[in-house]
Amino acid sequence: MSLEFLIATAIGVMTAAGIYLLLRRRTFPVVLGLAFLSYAINVFLFSMGRVVVDQPPIYDKAAAAYTDPLPQALVLTAIVIAFGMTAFVVVLALRAYLETGTDQVDGLPDAGRPVEDASTPIPSHPTAARG
Amino acid sequence: MLLAFLAVLPLIGALAPALAIRAGRDACALAAGLVTLTAIIILATMAPAVMAGEVIQARIDWVPSLGLNANFFLDPLGLMFAGMILGIGLLIIVYARFYLSKADPMGRFFTYLLLFQGAMLGIVLSDNILLLLIFWELTSLSSFLLIGFWRHLPEGRQGARMALAITGAGGLSLIGGLMILGSIAGSYDLTVILENREAIQASPLYLPALILILGGCFTKSAQFPFHFWLPHAMAAPTPVSAYLHSATMVKAGVFMLARLWPVLAGTDAWFLIVATTGLVTMVVAACIALFKDDLKGLLAYSTVSHLGFLTMLFGLGTPIAAVVGVFHIINHATFKAALFMNAGIVDHEAGTRDLKRLGGLFSLMPIAGTLALIAGLSMAGIPPLNGFISKEMMLEEASHTVWLGQPWVFPVLATLGATLSVAYSLRYVIHVYFGPKRDDYPKKPHDPGIGLWGPPAVLTALVVLIGLMPALFAGPIVAATAGAVIGADLPYYSLSLWHGVTPALFMSIFAVAVGAFLLWRHRTLEAIWARVGVPEAKGLFDAFVETLAAASRRLTLKVHNESLQRYLAFFVGTAVVVGLAGFFTADHSEGTREVIAATPVAVVAWLVLIAATVAVVVAHRARFLSLIFISVVGSTIALTFAYLSAPDLALTQISVEVVTILLLLLALNLLPKTSPSESSVPRKLRDGLLAVTGGLGVGAAAWAVMTRDGMQSISRFHWENSYSGGGGTNVVNVILVDFRGFDTFGEIIVLGIAALAIFALLDTADRGEAGRRLANWTPDLIRSPERHPMMLVVATRLLLPLALMAGLYIFLRGHNEPGGGFIAGLVFSIALLMQFMASGWGWADARLRADHHNLIAWGVLIAGLTGVGSMLFGAPFLTSAFDYFSLPVVGEFELATAMLFDVGVALTVVGAVMLALAQLSRVAQRAEKLEPTEHAMDINPSREPSSTEVKS
Repeated sequence: MSLEFLIATAIGVMTAAGIYLLLRRRTFPVVLGLAFLSYAINVFLFSMGRVVVDQPPIYDKAAAAYTDPLPQALVLTAIVIAFGMTAFVVVLALRAYLETGTDQVDGLPDAGRPVEDASTPIPSHPTAARG
Repeated sequence: MLLAFLAVLPLIGALAPALAIRAGRDACALAAGLVTLTAIIILATMAPAVMAGEVIQARIDWVPSLGLNANFFLDPLGLMFAGMILGIGLLIIVYARFYLSKADPMGRFFTYLLLFQGAMLGIVLSDNILLLLIFWELTSLSSFLLIGFWRHLPEGRQGARMALAITGAGGLSLIGGLMILGSIAGSYDLTVILENREAIQASPLYLPALILILGGCFTKSAQFPFHFWLPHAMAAPTPVSAYLHSATMVKAGVFMLARLWPVLAGTDAWFLIVATTGLVTMVVAACIALFKDDLKGLLAYSTVSHLGFLTMLFGLGTPIAAVVGVFHIINHATFKAALFMNAGIVDHEAGTRDLKRLGGLFSLMPIAGTLALIAGLSMAGIPPLNGFISKEMMLEEASHTVWLGQPWVFPVLATLGATLSVAYSLRYVIHVYFGPKRDDYPKKPHDPGIGLWGPPAVLTALVVLIGLMPALFAGPIVAATAGAVIGADLPYYSLSLWHGVTPALFMSIFAVAVGAFLLWRHRTLEAIWARVGVPEAKGLFDAFVETLAAASRRLTLKVHNESLQRYLAFFVGTAVVVGLAGFFTADHSEGTREVIAATPVAVVAWLVLIAATVAVVVAHRARFLSLIFISVVGSTIALTFAYLSAPDLALTQISVEVVTILLLLLALNLLPKTSPSESSVPRKLRDGLLAVTGGLGVGAAAWAVMTRDGMQSISRFHWENSYSGGGGTNVVNVILVDFRGFDTFGEIIVLGIAALAIFALLDTADRGEAGRRLANWTPDLIRSPERHPMMLVVATRLLLPLALMAGLYIFLRGHNEPGGGFIAGLVFSIALLMQFMASGWGWADARLRADHHNLIAWGVLIAGLTGVGSMLFGAPFLTSAFDYFSLPVVGEFELATAMLFDVGVALTVVGAVMLALAQLSRVAQRAEKLEPTEHAMDINPSREPSSTEVKS
């Protein structure tokens, strides 16, 4: 079992989870799916610099080997931008929910929750996990 | 350079009337007039040189790599057209000042008019054909604006749309044709293209190019079967009709025919397509014109007919026919613009343009009547007016043209066209001005002021002068222009009223006699015409457009069914298919790079990550639960980064994780807490299959890369120059703030924009539907009895200075040790967010002095100014400088401009994170409808309990 194998499989599993959640009918799982894809892509980009243990990218003239700093710099900003994206998408989902009264994304009439007019309160699910 | 200035002067000057309208209508017209007059004066200073045979050029490189340059040239053809555009433009401006009513927005009108003038001038002055195409499209657009000037009239809007559709489509065709021409000639400069006649005519692409170019010319110049847009464009105010749709824009197609005549004309294809189209248009349009009762409709179809006349002449391909064509361009512009303005006067004074309701106006409006009589007779081709001379010369050319072996076709049809022309011209004059006076005019007709009759009078004077002394008044410009069109020596011709007893003379006499007879029997002919029932082109066009629109609507609805799932499934599916296709069409081998053995701890971390991921998928319908699992995934990734020599990434990941989960929790507060189970089993299997294949592909790709040695990358450069060039040993941070500073600058701007967009989405959420839902929102979870527990408040307050200090430390050491602006910004944000969480939005927001918007703005500004600062020292944007200083006690330390840049990064991050989360909690606060409290803690032993504060 090599480190590379663990990383590659983790990337694969996170990607699969991201894709599966992305294809759900409600906004919140889609946001989670995007978050998963961000994780997977960030680790993927990071792994493009190959895996190195115990050699942080701190310059030292005497250092014989070093880890690749470039993917790290790229991934660092990618993490922050992914946060910006997730934040925007979740707020967009929230606003859309407030605006339409439903959080479904497949463009079909809402089977589970009939579209209600604005005067009714936001529907909540009796099965909600409490706590 | 003066020439380039001339070409753009009206475009720049278009602003003048828009501003001057504030000073009144006269000032507005004066501003427009002065712009045009300035252009005329500039043109006049160049005219002598051009007439002497010089070609004035101005060349400005624009995108030389594309062959797109702002090159202009002025030869006699350009001079003649520019003179017409500006001269008639000036007359139209005067006329329009008095024509437009007080209710019409005059500033807008003159702005559009000057835009059009500039575009038209650009066409005739451009040397580069790409530039010419831009101006060509601009004429279509400005004409659209002018036709639809009276926005409240449906005919205006429909006419504008139709004109844009037809001439716009023609413009696309012209683009294709000219590009082919340019590629054959090897240059996009007209002056070069015009010298490559042999190469162009020998090319196999000659015919496609010709057809495409003619597509542009014929639509613009309203040739059959594209003629129908022009009559509908008559919904425009009359000055526009007189200017665009008789004198200038519709001549742009003819101009292109003349301009490209040297390289395109002379082939059988050219003759057959161009001359035949022209001839058919001339006859068909003249026939329709005779039966139009609307004055402008009659003039519109007569314009189409005369454009056909011109097209036919250039289509004949003989030099002498080109001379006649040039001459008739001038003649037609003079009498037709005068007649359009006359129609406007009749409409203005008598209140109608319907020929059936007019007649006998001559004694009431003698001045307008006289002008109409002269211009109308010129259009009819009656001597001694200019229309007679060019018509006579046209008939002469037609009389010895053989069409597909038939010598009679051209003479007979040309004579028929001339006959109908006589009939409709006389109809205009006689049915409006002669006959019995009526007593039911909608208005009391009388002659208008000089503002309205002056401009047509100038043109009518030209009609007479050119008619009487053609060699003096039109000779030089016709000779020079025809020379420029033909590009060779001029053939023998004479511009004079009397050409001797020729076949053309008899054709003329026949035309006048029969034309007068037709008008005499007009009532009978009208009845026949009505019975035949010629199809209305507008109906066909509308039906065609409706069919297209319906088809595209059907297609759109099929493809675009508003289901995000469907789009994403196609998107992922395509990626998977492309990936698989690439995988199965290539060879594969195992990687040879040595792998690192996994420690037990790594395996445990991997198990945790996989388990948490699976848990999220399984439990995703219970949303709070899935949030807890996903935070496990994020934290494990942070640990992984730390283990794999990426401390900066670990720090960033862990702090972003905190902020993200907080944000999702806040959002979830207002969203449903669960997802219903609604996907069918086949759907789940399909999604699962897509997900597994996608995951396998990505994982395998990562594995393939990691087990191979990298190629020579640019990383080495960064490593080696980090300390000597960037002054820092933390290479990741130096890359961010120095080597790739420009990227980082862009990224903090994106982050700021995302935060502002979030603000915009939430700030307006309490309006409309969303606002009503928020107002009716009821908490759907059990609330803690304590809103702000004392222990939490106290703990976060104690932590605040410590956290801020940690952030500062991370910031300061960032250049040399793991840390930096991004991470420091996130740590600061978390420190502040803790106060929001513990003490509530109201309390914390009131105490946070810094406005989040300002933080973002200052952050971006500081980062940007740091970059600009280096330019002051002559270095490129964002070049960094650093040096080492020493202070007593502190010892040696480094100051770098990159640190200032990092301050900007940190401020933007704090501003963006705080803006997003604070705004979200503000909305939540409003939805909760809790009494705002000024106290941070519900129970505070140091506070005197008062009756209102004690909780039950």
